[in-house]
Amino acid sequence: MSTALKILVPIKRVIDYAIKPRVNSARTAIETAGVKHSMNPFDELSIEAAVRMRERGTPAVTDILALSVGPPKCVDVLRTAMAMGADRSIHVEISDAEVKEKGELEPLGVAKLLKSVVEKEQRNLVILGKQSIDDDSNQTGQMLAGLLGWGQATQASKIEFEGDNVSVTREVDGGVETLRCPLPMVITTDLRLNEPRYASLPNIMKAKKNKLEKMTLQDFGVDEGRRLKTLKVEEPPARQGGGKVEDVDGMIKKLKELGAI
Amino acid sequence: MASRWPVASLARTRLTTPGIFSRPSRRAYSHYTPARRRCLLQQQTPNCLLTHRKAFSTTPWRRFADVDDSFDPRQQDRETDEVDVCIVGGGPAGLSAAIRLKQLANEAGKDDFRVLLIEKAGELGAHILSGNVIESSAVDELLPNWNDTENPSRFEHATPATKDKMRFLRKNSAIPIPAPPQMKNHGNYIISLNQFCKWLGERAEEVGVEVYPGFAASEVLYSKMDGSVMGVATNDLGISRSGKPKASFERGMEFHARVTLFAEGCHGSLTKQIIKKFDLRRDSQSQTYGLGLKEVWEVKPESFRKGEIVHTMGYPLPSSTYGGGWLYHFGDNLVSLGLVVGLDYPNPWLSPYGEFQKMKHHPIYKSVIQGGKCISYGARALNEGGFQSIPKCAFPGGALIGDTAGFLNVPKIKGTHTAMRSGMLAAQAAYTALIASPNMDNGTVFLFNYEDALRKSSIWSELKQVRNMRPSFHSWLGLYGGIMYSGLEAYIFRGKTPWTLKHKGPGDYAATKLASECPKIEYPKPDNEISFDILTSVSRTGTNHEEDQPVHLQVEDWEAHKNDQYPKYKGIENRFCPAGVYEYVEDANKELGVKFQINAQNCIHCKTCDIKAPAQDINWQTPQGGRDPTTP
Repeated sequence: MSTALKILVPIKRVIDYAIKPRVNSARTAIETAGVKHSMNPFDELSIEAAVRMRERGTPAVTDILALSVGPPKCVDVLRTAMAMGADRSIHVEISDAEVKEKGELEPLGVAKLLKSVVEKEQRNLVILGKQSIDDDSNQTGQMLAGLLGWGQATQASKIEFEGDNVSVTREVDGGVETLRCPLPMVITTDLRLNEPRYASLPNIMKAKKNKLEKMTLQDFGVDEGRRLKTLKVEEPPARQGGGKVEDVDGMIKKLKELGAI
Repeated sequence: MASRWPVASLARTRLTTPGIFSRPSRRAYSHYTPARRRCLLQQQTPNCLLTHRKAFSTTPWRRFADVDDSFDPRQQDRETDEVDVCIVGGGPAGLSAAIRLKQLANEAGKDDFRVLLIEKAGELGAHILSGNVIESSAVDELLPNWNDTENPSRFEHATPATKDKMRFLRKNSAIPIPAPPQMKNHGNYIISLNQFCKWLGERAEEVGVEVYPGFAASEVLYSKMDGSVMGVATNDLGISRSGKPKASFERGMEFHARVTLFAEGCHGSLTKQIIKKFDLRRDSQSQTYGLGLKEVWEVKPESFRKGEIVHTMGYPLPSSTYGGGWLYHFGDNLVSLGLVVGLDYPNPWLSPYGEFQKMKHHPIYKSVIQGGKCISYGARALNEGGFQSIPKCAFPGGALIGDTAGFLNVPKIKGTHTAMRSGMLAAQAAYTALIASPNMDNGTVFLFNYEDALRKSSIWSELKQVRNMRPSFHSWLGLYGGIMYSGLEAYIFRGKTPWTLKHKGPGDYAATKLASECPKIEYPKPDNEISFDILTSVSRTGTNHEEDQPVHLQVEDWEAHKNDQYPKYKGIENRFCPAGVYEYVEDANKELGVKFQINAQNCIHCKTCDIKAPAQDINWQTPQGGRDPTTP
């Protein structure tokens, strides 16, 4: 008899992956005003993984809770998550003014907040995206596991349940690695885990009735102090044209000319 | 798929044993709408009972199941939802109609009056493209405090127009020409229509409109009783390139409404079908179009003159081709510039994209954008037909509003205010009609009041006054004749002439001459600072359709199309498409040495191919929504 799963899926609203990012005129961050935003693609994979666990039936899933920290517009991604199958969601609101003053919330702050949510909501499985496409930190899942003292399996490409243990196949530098870990645990998702479903229009309309709780950082009493300060953001230097060489001898000559060998 | 059906139905009859309800052949019902199919199936059952034959199973997919028992999810019934008014398209017309409807309903205390708006772009405003200099008359009426500094939810990004300039361009010079009175922009605002629609969308949600971006209406639903429009259906998602459903398949959804307003913008795909079905152009001329290509640049502060509006004619277009350029300074060191090319251009070697890149090198444009950065690109067809091309706008069960009907004022180059006003008038008429006859039994709604209101409104008088200006460019005097006559109209006649000039021929597609009859045009290579190649520009549109979906640009037979069209026009599709969708790739194995290829993923939804294809054999349909271009 395996324990029922109570899943937490934290998601992030980021600049849409198809948009070409631009540096803002103050050179301190990426321009986000008026730019299309959507759910972090890795988070879509997490939601899909959670919903498929519920559809599989064993072990039973009690509920799927989606959570997002960010400005008021985050409700859009939470609604999408609920349309994909999450049961309810929590929106921890940070105003734009607060972000301007203190800076974006950092992975450690997010991890501490998630720890608090896990304890409050009595979760036994947290599925996160491996990283968000705006800061590419790849830290939150790991930090959360550390704070909670739970096992973690990151960059998951396959998740299987065996009684109270979870067998996770991870994508690592050298290939794949399979870990077996008891619940409760933290899993972060990678691209080959699944193909997220479309949120169909009837589901979006039904999801409007699902519960969306609004809270603030203060409600959790979490230290969300910033430890990093972004000094400057610049575009990478423009790509220089290349040159063609006739054969290997030509290449060696060219490399000698450039002083490389 | 089609070839499987006769076999399947034959096999089915063989397999059915007496006592099993003989299912209707799937082929016979395939072309009916699901509603009609359901109705017909329901009619079948009583007969079955009379002859004492029992239904083997009553579920729809049992009936439609194949011989090999594979269930085709595309045959599933769609979920339906009933609303009071359904609006297709979230541009200024659609949003204005939605807001007005809900304003009227809220005033009367009818909170349960449902207005639903669907939009194919992933976000409101993402697919709309315009210069844009807006005349605020319509929005002043709809939302009076839209620009009021006291209003916390005012529209913050309107740049008041300061200076107007009109120039006639030769290759290296710019001759000032007087601007007709219609083109004085004092009191108008330069905006990004993308941002404006986003803002209108927020106002719409505030008053209770249900807005669903990311869902394209792909099918019109007709009532089985009288053939009137009873709503729309969104497209199925998750179909692979070969047409088979994938694991992520989601059936579309139907919206049933007593009034459906179509606000798809210029040359809407569903509007095209409706105009044909109800013969809405029986008393008007066919629509003529232009293609507008636009870029937004971030320029150096020294070159920026906030609020300045420049319009140009002449270079680079030949005198046989109507068109002109614009350059607006707005926002924070941002410049919107572009070129409109009349799609009745005769030379198939002309490439509107190439002309646009050429135009940017003219000193009047180059001096502003030099040293700046191009941040965005887009293109969209626009209406040039004006008064003569306005179709009948009301039909049983709905109406056409905005550019999809065609209310753009060509000399003013403004269509936003007329689009919004038409939306508001349709909303008023729809609301009155629905309140007067609240039950379905009172029959189909026909918005006579809308047609009347249009005729009494400023839209009519405005378009009537300038009706002769655009057609005056069709004479053998070309550009010069047009400018001279338009000058007469603007300053002296003001539309009060007894004559109404006609547009040329059956449509823009017919104006194209053969490639052999016209001089070939060579376009200079892009320098990557001012001008760019087409694929770089497409990457700036943010377009990214899912690759594994059916090609949404429907050409029946690619080989036949190529064999027919290539010898005559030598690849005109490659030149008129501003996104490089159509290609004639060299292929020694194929007839004529080329292969016709459609790169549907690049499409930026401009609709030019549907308009300009000389044989009118390209049918633009909505692709799967969501991942798609974002216009500046």
